[in-house]
Parts: sequence; structure tokens; C-alpha cells
Amino acid sequence: MLTTKTNNRARRRHQRRRKPEIWKLRLYVAGQTLRSIRALANLKALCEQHLKGRYQVEVIDLLKHPQLARGDQIVALPTLVRKLPVPVRKIIGDLSDTRGVLVGLELRERG
Amino acid sequence: MAQNKKANNTSSRTLPKAPTGIQGLDEITWGGLPRGRPTLVSGTAGSGKTLLGLEFLVRGATQYNEPGVFMSFEEPVQDLAKNAASLGFDLDRLVAEKKLFLDHVFIERSQIEETGEYDLDGLFIRLADALQRVRARRVVLDTIEALFGELSNPGILRAEIRRLFSWLKKKRVTAVITAERDHPNGLTRHGLEEFVSDCVILLDHRIREEVSTRRLRIVKYRGSTHGTSEYPFLIDEHGISVLPISSLRLDHEAPAQRISSGIPDLDGMLGGKGFYQGSSVLISGSSGTGKTSIAAHLVEAACRRGERCLYFAFEESPRQIIRNMRSIGIDLEPAVRKGLLEFHAARPTYGGIEEHLTLAHKLVSRSQPRVVVVDPVTNLIVVGAQHEVRSMLTRLIDFLKARQITAIFTSLTVGGGPPEASEVAVSSLMDTWLLLQSIEVGGERNRRLYVLKSRGMRHSNQMREFVLTDHGLRLPDVYLGPEGVLTGSARLSQEVREKAADTVRRQALESRRRELERNRQIFEARLALLRAEFETEEEKIQQSISESELLREKLAQDRTLMVRSRKADSPSGSKEGRAPGPRAG
Repeated sequence: MLTTKTNNRARRRHQRRRKPEIWKLRLYVAGQTLRSIRALANLKALCEQHLKGRYQVEVIDLLKHPQLARGDQIVALPTLVRKLPVPVRKIIGDLSDTRGVLVGLELRERG
Repeated sequence: MAQNKKANNTSSRTLPKAPTGIQGLDEITWGGLPRGRPTLVSGTAGSGKTLLGLEFLVRGATQYNEPGVFMSFEEPVQDLAKNAASLGFDLDRLVAEKKLFLDHVFIERSQIEETGEYDLDGLFIRLADALQRVRARRVVLDTIEALFGELSNPGILRAEIRRLFSWLKKKRVTAVITAERDHPNGLTRHGLEEFVSDCVILLDHRIREEVSTRRLRIVKYRGSTHGTSEYPFLIDEHGISVLPISSLRLDHEAPAQRISSGIPDLDGMLGGKGFYQGSSVLISGSSGTGKTSIAAHLVEAACRRGERCLYFAFEESPRQIIRNMRSIGIDLEPAVRKGLLEFHAARPTYGGIEEHLTLAHKLVSRSQPRVVVVDPVTNLIVVGAQHEVRSMLTRLIDFLKARQITAIFTSLTVGGGPPEASEVAVSSLMDTWLLLQSIEVGGERNRRLYVLKSRGMRHSNQMREFVLTDHGLRLPDVYLGPEGVLTGSARLSQEVREKAADTVRRQALESRRRELERNRQIFEARLALLRAEFETEEEKIQQSISESELLREKLAQDRTLMVRSRKADSPSGSKEGRAPGPRAG
């Protein structure tokens, strides 16, 4: 855990120096459910606040493209996948717990 | 769905079933798993859950035209294919033919963060997509409980799994859901049995005295009869086989070929040809009556014909059997050396009755014998209760019959009581029953044999004495005394008496024959004398005949000469006139 922390710190310093790095995010949902709408709203708010100007969000509706679920090993919905920067991170749920999402995206330290 | 109805008119009227195609499993479930419903297969690690699921799908795809989806939560697809290949299943080909779809569901715990509400719709969508791709009728989820280790909210998981099962029912796919069992009281670690109420199968893998046995038990099967005991099962290169094999059905072949018992006299008692190939033979008798000897005869004869034999020795070691049989002139050694005869000796107590059955099954499958001897079958009773032994024997006999293997069981009867009663448990399963007795008459113990039953042939009803000689077993001719068949010295003395009487008769005959010969000689001598006399007479007469002939010729010549000397006469006159001869003139 300690090493992860230092790595994260190092990466953030690194990012600050050589920005802007584009964050590629992908949100998997199944149809226009309340939960998926909420998840997308939460994600947008969060990105605007923390990643303004350096993020791309792709929303994938698995009801339309079910075959895409396998590639990212999607089980639970909604799932947010951080494709970039590597390593891949996944956050499941409606993203209502902002603090948890930030930790999951490594925008904030755990604890 | 029409398909559901159509496929099931053969099985029980209450519940449509989907045959698994797994050897033995369809027998004990009376037709298969509940069609269109989930079945829970629970078992400890390594008990064969995944393979059972795989075979269910492979058989479905290849034998019943029901494509399937395998959703693995543990093993990657490549590993599955590799494991399946060890059972002789080619998953890649089935996948290519769109008869099978494999999906590996995998959540990397360290990659994932849970925030707020979620559901498992992703899983549902993947499964729905997979089902639709191959038009699946069967699904295996192996092991969905793995999700509990990957996602932290058991409340959501349980609710979602419950929803998944009812979704599967709605989709009318026959599903196998595997679950891990980690302690002997519960069925599954996370209580999945709550959600699957139709059919629960428990797998078990035990190791006792270094012999591992897999067992299968149907804990519950709502709305259907099913076998309730623990059935041993095997996993080999042909997949899974649960061991009742065909014990609930009676549909073996009944070959008409006969197999010699190796004892010509005994063959004679069995309609002149011996046992039927593929029949089961019980040889029972008290200790020391020669059961093993009779079995050894058959084995030796079979090996001489080049047939393979498998000998389960539960009482004596193979070396001892070989030595003892040599003393009656049966040498089993060459057959062993040639690999035709294989002994398997074990203490009957080394394992449970299923272990014996499993082992027998394995060995028979491996060496493909024509004859199997279990000597003695009674020793197994030590291990199991009477009914267990019976059920095991039934399975074994069925298994051997299905392969048309002749089976010889020896059985030790305990003194007292009618011998027919003491083997009630097994005798009815046997086609032929030879009973050996030792009888005490005149201070001797002799052996007697008779064929108590032999289905499908005209067998002798006679009680025969048999003796073990240096040249094998022999059934001497029967001597009936006032108290039945004579044995031992009584027979011998009777034999001697009969021999003496026979000698007398033969001598009388001989002397008459000699007399006749003598008479013939005398008569012929007389005949020769008469002929000699006659020949002498004949000679005399012949001589006088030829003398008078000669005289006549001489006279004729003289007359001719005289005519020539009287030339004056016309030649014709000489012919006509009967001139008197010179001597007469």
C-alpha cells in the first residue's frame, strides 16, 4: 500500500509537470434507467470539477452493444472504466459516493 | 415452448427432463435434470463439478442437439478447453460449430472500486448475448459464488443471484449451477440452495486408505423419483460415469455363445457346452470344497484360448493361488507372464464397498477381460451390509453383462442351514449356480457338486462327486447306492465290485468267443479233408475221360488211313459208306 501511495504521488507530480494528459473514461450502462442517468450526471459533475478540459467520456449502452461487455469484463452496472491513464481502473455503482469515485480513479488518496 | 414439450414425452409425466448424457446419471435421475430449470451441483474443491457441467453441455450439444453456454467464474476459457480435452471433448470444435459458447467472467478485485448502487445487469446482458449467439438450451454457471469474493456487497449479490435464477427459468434453459461446499453440514458456502429448489446434486471426493473415491448423491429432486444412495462415479478419458451404469434397466445383450468351464465333465452337465458367454456364475460351497479350483479351471481354459482374464482375489495372494492350482495340474503362471491373466489381490477391508466397485470398474475398463473372477465375493460382506453388497453386485454384474464378460463369483457358505437359503442376497442375480458340498460318509469327507440352476440350458440334475487329481478336476462316473450318489471309498468299492463283475462277464464272453473259433477251425479242417477227397476223385475221373478221348482219336485216324489205301473207292463213297475198320473186317 505504501508503494502504491508513493507511486501515485510520483505520478501526480509527473502529471502536473507534463500535462495535459487526456483521461479516457468509459461508462457502461444498460438503457436509460434512473440509475444510469444518475451515474452519468455524477460522472460529469466530477469530471468538470477535477479533470476539466482533459477528459473524454464514452457512454456505452450494453443493451445496444451487448458484445462489448466481454472486452472490459463488465459484470455489474453501471461500471466506469478508466482506460487512460493506465493501469485500467473500474468503478462500479451509480458514482454517488464522490469520495469513493475519486479514490477509485486515483484522484485522491485512500483513507 | 413447443420444444420443451416435444423433447420430453418419454420421461415422467409430472416433470419434463433434459437428459445429461452422462453415463449413469440419467438412470439415477430417471431421465435427466429438470428441463428449463436450474440444478445446483455442489461439492468440495476437486470433486468434479466443472467437468460434470462441461460434459452436460458437450453431450447436450453433440447428442441432443441442445447448444449450451458455459460461463466460467474461475477458470479461463483456455484452461477449460484443456481440461475438457482430457475427457476427450473438443471444445474448440464445438465453439467453432456454434454449439457451445464459453465465457470467462472475471473481476480483478484490485482494479475495482464500489461506489453506490449497482446491479449485475452486465452479467445478465453477457449471458443473454451468449444464449442468443448459439441459441442455447443449456447453461452452466461455474461457480457463480466466486462473485462473493470479488464484490463486497453480499446483499446485492444474493438479490441479484436470486434474480438471475428466476431469469434463467423464464428463459427456459436447463441450467447447472455449481457451488463450492466447504463444510460437511452446509450444501454451499453462500446458501445458494435457497434459490434452487428443484434439484440438488452433491459431489464428494474422499480419500480413504490411499484410494480416492468420488461419489454423487441426489439430495433433492422435486417432483421426481430418484436414486437416493451415494453413487460412486469415475472420471476417465470418456468423461464421467456414475456407477449404477444400467442397474435400473435390464437391457443387456444375451449372447448365445458358450464358454467352456475347462472341465469337460462339467461342460457335459451344462448342456454339453459350458456356460453362456457373459453370464454370471456363482460357485458356492463351504470352505475347502474346491471353489477356487473350478474358477481356476475356467480361467486357465480361457487363457489358453487367448482370452484375457481378471482375477479379484480377496482371500489368497496370487502367488498362493498359482502354487495351489499347480498342485492339481493347473498352471496359471504362463498366462500371467503373457499378460492374459491379471490378478488383483486386496484385503476386502481396504476400502468400502464402493471402492471395490470403483476399482473393479476401473480395472475392467482398462484391461477389457472376457472373464472376471471374484474370489470370494462373500468377503465383501464384511465390508458392507447385506443390501449394500447386493446392490454393489447388481451393479457389477450389470456392468460386466453390458460388456458381455463372463463373471465367476465364488461364495463361502457357512455351515448349518440349507445352502440355498444362505445366499439369498446374491443368488437370484446369478445365471448359473454351482453348489459344492462336502459330505461325510463312512469316515470320509468327499466332495460333491451339482448344478442348482443354469438359466437357458438343459443342465444335468445329477449330484456328482468330484475329485481333485494331479491333472485337474474330474467328475468320476456316478454310482448310485441305496443312499444316493456314492462317493469316496464307497464309490471306489462299488467301482471295484463292478470291475470284478465286469471281468467275469468279459471272461465268459471271451471263452465263448474262443469256443466259436475252435469250432470254426474244426469245421474248416473237415471241409478241407472233404475237398481233398473230392479232388482226388475228380482227378481220377478226368484221367479216364482223357484216356478214352485219346482212344477215339486214334480209331478215327486209323479209319482215314484205311480209306486212303483203298483208292478204288470214290472219294465220295468213302465218306458215305460206313466202311468197317480194318480190325473189324
